[in-house]
This record gives sequence, C-alpha cells and structure tokens, in this order.
Amino acid sequence: MTAQSVKWFWYASPQTFYPVAGVIARWCGAAAAVLCAAGLYIGLFVAPTDAQQGEAYRIIFIHVPAAWMSMFIYVVMAFWAAIGLAFNTRLSHMMASALAPTGALFTFIALWTGSFWGKPTWGTWWVWDARLTSELILLFLYFGFMALQAAIDDRRRAERAGALLAIVGVVNVPIIYYSVQWWNTLHQGASVSLTRAPSMAATMLTGMLVMALAFWMYSIAVTLLRVRCLILENR
Amino acid sequence: MGGYGLYVWGAYGVTFLLIGVEIALLVNRSRKCSETKT
Repeated sequence: MTAQSVKWFWYASPQTFYPVAGVIARWCGAAAAVLCAAGLYIGLFVAPTDAQQGEAYRIIFIHVPAAWMSMFIYVVMAFWAAIGLAFNTRLSHMMASALAPTGALFTFIALWTGSFWGKPTWGTWWVWDARLTSELILLFLYFGFMALQAAIDDRRRAERAGALLAIVGVVNVPIIYYSVQWWNTLHQGASVSLTRAPSMAATMLTGMLVMALAFWMYSIAVTLLRVRCLILENR
Repeated sequence: MGGYGLYVWGAYGVTFLLIGVEIALLVNRSRKCSETKT
C-alpha cells in the first residue's frame, strides 16, 4: 500500500474529514462503552482486594488511566498544534482545539481521584510534591490554551498563539512522568513500565489497561465529535 | 468497600458525572450546529 493510495492529504480537508470523523466517532464511542463496562466489572468485582490498601486501591482503575490520558492528550494536542503551525492546516488547529477540553477533563479527574486515594492512604487530600504540582500545572496549561484561544478574536492569530503555548507547555509532560524519579515525592513510583514486569496482580493490571483503552476510545470519540462542530462553526 | 466507600464512590461518581456532563454538552452543541447549518 503506497502513501498515494491512502490519500492522507485528501482527509486534511475539513469537508472530506467531516463524514469520516462521524463514522470513527460512532465506532469509538461504542467501543468505549463496551470497554468501560468490562473494565469496571474487572476493577470492581473480579480484581482481588489489595493486601496493603484494602478496597481503597480500586480508585486506581480510573486514576491511573485518567493520568495517562491527561499526559497523552497534551502530547497529541501539541503535535497537532505544531503541524498546524508548520503547514498552516486548519484541520490540525481544530484537532488541537478539540483535544483541549477532554485533556483538561482527564487532568481534573486524575487530580480529583488522586486526592480521594491520597486521603485514606497518605492521610492527606493534597501535598505540594513534584508529581501533584506538575499535574496541576498541566491543568493550568490546558485552561491557558483554551482561554488564550477564546480571548483572541482573529481566528488565525488565536490558533497560532494557542499552538505556541501548547508546544512550549509540552516540556511539562516528561517532568510529570519522571518527577517521581527526579525528586523525593510522596507519590509512589510507576507500577507499570515498558522495561520491567508490573508490580501488581494480573487481574488488577488487566482492569487498569481495559479502562485505559476505554478512556482512549472515549477521547477519540468526543474529540472527533468536537472537530465536527468546529468544522460546521467555522464554515 | 471495607470502610472506604466515601473515597471510592466519591472518585467514581465525580468521574462519571463529569464525563456525562461533557457528553451532554457536546451532544447539545452538535445538535445546535447541525440545526444552524442545515
């Protein structure tokens, strides 16, 4: 299959991307619902009680996937912003704009659920350690991106200003990820890594990965629905 | 939930409430866009 046969640039046009986005959004939305049901079943009914944290640990089935999504969405948002800035493609800027609210939502969920996990396990709702503080900065970056775009009347200038902020802010993502290694934090280190075996039971890991996949599908569905709105609004 | 119900359901409840709000806002926005542009 050659690059020519896939017609990547054909779909860069908002008009041709609009119907495709609708179809992908519907399939991803359905997949998200099924995966979420499966993930919740595994997380709440199949996974065993944790020996140290008791039932409170079940918050990880939404906390960890939400935290992953908060970082991943920001990187994807910065990627589309950079593409939009480099090639001046409207659809790229729309993708970046459409990702921001969902990224902010998952960042807030990560902070909220982390707080509800921290209280019974650490004895406090909040602590200004590197992981929590850098995640909070990520939330402010999302808010800043959306506020900046909304504050500038000229759409092209708003998109370029937002893109610059998104690209500069991406430096915060590795800081969040490596904060538990670089600094002495109350937040525990990564339980799941690509380079070593996971430090949790297989059913716990399965539930968490299924929920992560559900959040991933959900993010694609709502982002594409939002892009469709932006295409119609900017027509 | 072994005495942790407030924390577990507080986390899950707010998560799915917010996701529900996002979906409702998005469906409403899509409907308005479609009505305006057709």
